[in-house]
Amino acid sequence: MSILTDTAGAITTPNSDSAKGPREHPASIVASMTFMLVCLVYFLLPVYILVVAASKQQTQLASTNGMVPGGSLFSNFGALFSQQDGIYLKWLLNSVIYAVGGAVIGTILAAMAGYALAKYQFKGREFVFNVVLGGVLMPATALALPLFLIFTKVHLTNTYWSVLLPSIVSPFGVYLSRIFAGASVPDELIEAGRLDGSGEFRIFFTIATRLMAPALVTIFLFQFVAIWNNFFLPLVMLQNQNLYPVTLGLFSWQSQISRVPLLQSLVIAGAVIAVIPVVAMFLSLQRFWKGGLSAGSVK
Amino acid sequence: MDLAPAAKRDRKNRRGPGWTPLLFILPFAVPFILIYLIPIIYAAYQSLFKLQRTGGIFGKSTQVFGWFTQYAAVFSSADFRSSVIRVLLFGVVQIPIMLILALALALLLDSTVVYLKRFFRIAFFVPYGIPGVIAAIMWGFIYSPGLSPIVALLKKLSISVDLLGSHVVLWSIANVVTWTYAGYNMLIIYSALLAIPTDLFEAAKLDGASNWQIARRIKIPSILPALILTAVFSIIGTLQLFTEPIVFSQISTNITSSFTPNLLVYNAAQNNYNLSAAISVTLAVGTFILSFGFLKITARRAAS
Repeated sequence: MSILTDTAGAITTPNSDSAKGPREHPASIVASMTFMLVCLVYFLLPVYILVVAASKQQTQLASTNGMVPGGSLFSNFGALFSQQDGIYLKWLLNSVIYAVGGAVIGTILAAMAGYALAKYQFKGREFVFNVVLGGVLMPATALALPLFLIFTKVHLTNTYWSVLLPSIVSPFGVYLSRIFAGASVPDELIEAGRLDGSGEFRIFFTIATRLMAPALVTIFLFQFVAIWNNFFLPLVMLQNQNLYPVTLGLFSWQSQISRVPLLQSLVIAGAVIAVIPVVAMFLSLQRFWKGGLSAGSVK
Repeated sequence: MDLAPAAKRDRKNRRGPGWTPLLFILPFAVPFILIYLIPIIYAAYQSLFKLQRTGGIFGKSTQVFGWFTQYAAVFSSADFRSSVIRVLLFGVVQIPIMLILALALALLLDSTVVYLKRFFRIAFFVPYGIPGVIAAIMWGFIYSPGLSPIVALLKKLSISVDLLGSHVVLWSIANVVTWTYAGYNMLIIYSALLAIPTDLFEAAKLDGASNWQIARRIKIPSILPALILTAVFSIIGTLQLFTEPIVFSQISTNITSSFTPNLLVYNAAQNNYNLSAAISVTLAVGTFILSFGFLKITARRAAS
């Protein structure tokens, strides 16, 4: 049996992504591709409809074919950015501040904690890890209201901090980082670093983080998306429109549509713009995070 | 960062890692305790109080200790019960559909019968990058009669269905959630598939096993931990359902203020914080039991 596997391995090694299997039955290729194309329409058609809607004036939304683009895309964007003295741009910037700030700090904290949990033997290690795992299972929305009350007492509500502080904590990041540090940072390398006279933090920041890079990018991206998409926390914490992230801002416009119908086309145009940054970042960082994804399920 | 030199010399003479692990963990642990542990303890504490008015209906209200009065109110509330039943029904239907779709797509991306894999993988993942509020606004537009090209198309085929109607709207929300997370779950399953050593099924293939057999007998069992992970996250997400219903509540009168447990928490907080805290705690404990129980059951199954 082992001979068999070895030969099989030898045959396929030059092309591990053996996509060009000539033995596949044409019928199964046709069936599979049809299924994939149907799914493609399901996943992308709504986005297309949204973009088409963004290219129309509000009055045309109901009266024209929703599949055929109109000519007002850029005038809608112009109206979007000039509404309320350009508050939409402010919302976008706020989202960037919350998401980048929270994800960068959150990733560093999670990486350090996960690395320590994987690479040091100490009393209470499993206890700490179990508490963190409990945090992974904790519904974030259950925390938002009590957090609001606590923040009220220290006058933190309705500030940048009220959204930023909770965003830097990522228990799932610690979990991923522990698993990945355990698998990708060899003890010998840490020992070698110590023999060279490097301190523990230096070893971590110069050697370990490099080896953990794919996992760190994954943690960063998940945290970024989680913050960018977060809605409940800012909804609970913020009253000042100038501090809103883009999700809450669009929601506040959406809730006024029945009174101010013109906002409809702004909400749609704003939705199109808000989608771009996350999708662009995922695509550009693709090659880094792919390797880190499987870490979560390997035990 | 340079608390190091003195401590470093010390450490060389010692056996254990000393304070180093603590210094690594502390920067995470402090905000974790502040943001996760204290609020849940505070909520549990708050949930044991009740408001008491002295001096008639317009009198001053004070918080007094009330043991489990709020929990009694939670469990006897018909609104709470129906909201829990609603999300459980939602989860029982939506989670399997989404995960089967995600698994099928992941297996196809890992198979030899599909072309343009890279393109499909990216395209299916796009919805995950779209914030829940925006996905809900977008689908809300697509569901709206009079605005939606899809509803218009269905009408031409003489199918008239109110996608925001009282019996349908829950499943319209299920569709939004499936649309958003299917690609994300697909990617987690797919990367687990990539981690399976190829010689495992190349051998089976030489032995004449079909693609289907390889998928069922080798691939799916090897990625079970990833599937369980996606299921647990889906359970947690379902019980927390909030964004989609609150956005839809603006375009559909069929979303009541107690449609999901979280909407109930949010609306209860406006006038009775103690009750809201009690619902939050109940929900957190329930989520814990469900996701933990699911982990235990699946772990036992996998072991036997």
